[in-house]
Amino acid sequence: MTAQELTKIAKEIRKDIIRMINKAGSGHPAGSLGVAEILVALYYAILNHDPKEPDWYERDRFILSNGHVCPAHYAVLSSAGYFDRKELLTLRKLGSKLQGHPLRGNLLGIETTSGPLGEGLGQAVGMALASRMDGKHFRIYCLTSDGEHDCGSHWEAVLLAAKYKLANLTLFVDRNNIQIDGKTENVLPLDSLFDKYMAFNWNVKEVDGHDIVAIVNAVKEAKGVYDKPTVIICKTTPGKGVSFMEDRFEWHGKAPNDEEARLALEELK
Amino acid sequence: MIPKEQKLTKKVFQKGIDMKSTRDAVGEALIEAARTNDRVVVLTADLKESTRVKGFSEEYPERFIEVGVAEQTLASVASGMANYGKIPFITSFAIFSPGRNWEQIRTTIALNDVPVKIIGAHAGFSAGLDGGNHQCLEDLAIMRAMPNMIVVAPADFEETKKAVLEAVKNRKPTYIRVQREVQPIFTSAKSPFKIGRAEVVWEDKNPQVAIIACGAQVYESLLAAKDLEKKGIECLVINCHTIKPIDERVIIRSAKTTGAVVTVEEHQQNGGLGSAVSEVLAKNFPVPIEMVAVKDSFGESGKYEELIKKHGLRKENIIEAVKEVLKRKNI
Ligand SMILES: Cc1ncc(C[n+]2csc(CCOP(=O)(O)OP(=O)(O)O)c2C)c(N)n1
Ligand SMILES: [Mg+2]
Repeated sequence: MTAQELTKIAKEIRKDIIRMINKAGSGHPAGSLGVAEILVALYYAILNHDPKEPDWYERDRFILSNGHVCPAHYAVLSSAGYFDRKELLTLRKLGSKLQGHPLRGNLLGIETTSGPLGEGLGQAVGMALASRMDGKHFRIYCLTSDGEHDCGSHWEAVLLAAKYKLANLTLFVDRNNIQIDGKTENVLPLDSLFDKYMAFNWNVKEVDGHDIVAIVNAVKEAKGVYDKPTVIICKTTPGKGVSFMEDRFEWHGKAPNDEEARLALEELK
Repeated sequence: MIPKEQKLTKKVFQKGIDMKSTRDAVGEALIEAARTNDRVVVLTADLKESTRVKGFSEEYPERFIEVGVAEQTLASVASGMANYGKIPFITSFAIFSPGRNWEQIRTTIALNDVPVKIIGAHAGFSAGLDGGNHQCLEDLAIMRAMPNMIVVAPADFEETKKAVLEAVKNRKPTYIRVQREVQPIFTSAKSPFKIGRAEVVWEDKNPQVAIIACGAQVYESLLAAKDLEKKGIECLVINCHTIKPIDERVIIRSAKTTGAVVTVEEHQQNGGLGSAVSEVLAKNFPVPIEMVAVKDSFGESGKYEELIKKHGLRKENIIEAVKEVLKRKNI
């Protein structure tokens, strides 16, 4: 697919995100809108996977660590063919497979349970270690948020991945500079994430997180690195595509009401 | 019948009963406490709005610490401050504090025996739509297993305020469980409250069963008692807001009076209030017990009321349990 086509898909994903969270009456729009390109790049251009055979053993594994952006993940999974689009609007409803935060075993394509932050990278490291023990060649990808870098457990896994030189592991960071209580640099300063990962012995890339080509190229480069895990710091705009949500931490976990959803969908046309 | 000395609100069984969440009480009480006690400090882990300490952070910015999404550090930093002489309140969702940081709490707060106050918000099913991995149904069990720790699950807004204000003064590690949803305020500012002392909030003349509850389920138990009265089943309702140290005297006395007990809580059956009551009665005065609680399952996404219904924590379920326990009593 061309970059233009992929960008168009990302836009459709954004519309789905707005519709889903509006219908549910709760959820996390800012982060979800911001990671649309990362997830589209993954499912349409990076992952070796088969939506018709989600349990295929040799598939690449994708771990969503910042589980609250699952509306974006659900929308991309459905768009890639994992399940019927109609299910999207059941988000957060009693009995839905689309839980407020992802639940393993509930929905094809969801590798693990997440939502409580700072636990995804550790699981990704576990998969990378286990598959390497068995001589497998598939790759492990993980998406984490900047807020998760407040968690000590995340950095413990960062250390471990470097120790075992997990070159089969690629981590994406949604660097959108917001969390719940405000801007990350006010809540708990993280800069420079680039230098931190360098000091922790990772291969570090920084890209525009809305540039699908740049994301895909960074992953290609990562495949040429044989002695280090790779982190791709994706600079993103939270709330991307919806002017009144962009860069506003207040939209971390607030659902758009009907009127706001209408305005948002208008902008995303 | 409601004992007079309980001073419950006159609106207790009326539609227009005032509603507020227990988390709101935490925010109000902390500002009130800070006015008269300059040792009170508040720490949060990227959840100041949800745990209702934003107001405190604005009124007392110099006594407020934002640690970021770092619950383990939240506990150990608070321990250091308490060790130094402050009275720290740490706030997060119960699933993360005391969920994630249990061992830090055990070692640096409980074993150290320093007066850190742990506010566990969105407890029980009150994380509703967020789903099973945010719903904390195990906090009472893990906290009451810990030496030195006081464990309180207040029944409503008024009671939560009193619990927070008493915790400021009690010099002990203290866990207070609160919820997100608004719920009826059935006690009043004048109702008796003391950590460690259970209250009999409903007392018929010849009670055949004692309903022992904590948290939001105390009110649900009152509703059940009122219905049961109409059916000619007399009972006691005990507000057992303190799970540890549990009020053995009141529990044993109620078992002796009635010969049958029903416990009610928004928590796993394993290890919570029902377990605590059973331990007391098994040792002192065994009677049949039925437990209205979550039966060894996780929560899931859904509205609070839907989840309470699905997991059987409503008035109807309490009435059902009362009938069950009475059958067993009469064998
Ligand atoms: C361990 C843990 N503590 C607290 C929370 C509550 N929480 C949910 S999202 C979030 C903010 C995290 O920041 P980020 O992921 O960067 O948010 P976004 O950019 O997507 O708005 C917090 C504190 C949680 N999910 N897990
Ligand atoms: Mg962020």
